[in-house]
Amino acid sequence: MEIQHTGNCHHLLGALSDYLDGELESQVCAELETHLAGCEKCRVVVDTLRRTVSLYQVVEPDEALPVGVRERLLHSLQLDEFIK
Amino acid sequence: MNKQLTNSNPVSTEPGLVERLRTGDRFAFSELVDLYSTRLYHLALKMLTNPQDAEDVLQETFLKAFRYIGGFDGRSSLSTWLYRIATNEALMLLRRKHPDFVSLDEPAQGEEEDSAPLQIVDWCCIPEHELANSEVRRELDRAVQQLPTTLRVVFVLRDLENLSTLETAEVLNLSETAVKTRLSRARLRLREELSGYFADWMEKKSYGNTTHG
Repeated sequence: MEIQHTGNCHHLLGALSDYLDGELESQVCAELETHLAGCEKCRVVVDTLRRTVSLYQVVEPDEALPVGVRERLLHSLQLDEFIK
Repeated sequence: MNKQLTNSNPVSTEPGLVERLRTGDRFAFSELVDLYSTRLYHLALKMLTNPQDAEDVLQETFLKAFRYIGGFDGRSSLSTWLYRIATNEALMLLRRKHPDFVSLDEPAQGEEEDSAPLQIVDWCCIPEHELANSEVRRELDRAVQQLPTTLRVVFVLRDLENLSTLETAEVLNLSETAVKTRLSRARLRLREELSGYFADWMEKKSYGNTTHG
């Protein structure tokens, strides 16, 4: 994949998710980073894409299973003796 | 904080658990419930939104797991096997409720993204503590629910449940390339949704200049 600074950067979008996961092959990654250094719009897209993914981890709480759900689950599995 | 960018699965199955399950050990069954019920419930809830539906999926998942544990061949991890059962149950329920449901085997929707306008709004400056509230959480949930099922299920497994690309591919019976493509589309769509939301948010709070591109 060749990355060019064309002013229309839509063709780069498909590479950004792999870039965030560190899964772009090194040559493509280097080309993308060169492009990002000169393209403010793409930098904003990458930064907000990264923030989007991280926001779901930061803001979404790891809630415990509601008590009633666990009780009914154990009951449906005929494991009532483990309800505490 | 960036735990979603690692692919590790946070729960490792206790050695011998599968063997104990196969012998009908009731303590092993309750251990399995305590190890996986929270994550499987959250998976179902993110897919279905309705708590009663999520609870039904959870119960059906464990009933099937207990019934078919003898057929578990260990080619995938126990965790992946359970996720596969739960995901299939959730998708079946969606199919029953939504006749227009798209099969996972069909190409993912979203080809129009190449020509869609991009929101160029830098909302990275919003401090994290201002985002930890129920209104933002509702917006995040709403954005996920806007995704087509083909993309939503991949996003939930990869970025909310932290399964690896390979595990997600095994759960959904897709290639790893298909998982990556769908994850990319899901993330880009969510970024668009959230950029629109945070552009308005910043305007209301009189943050710096915002630009729509």
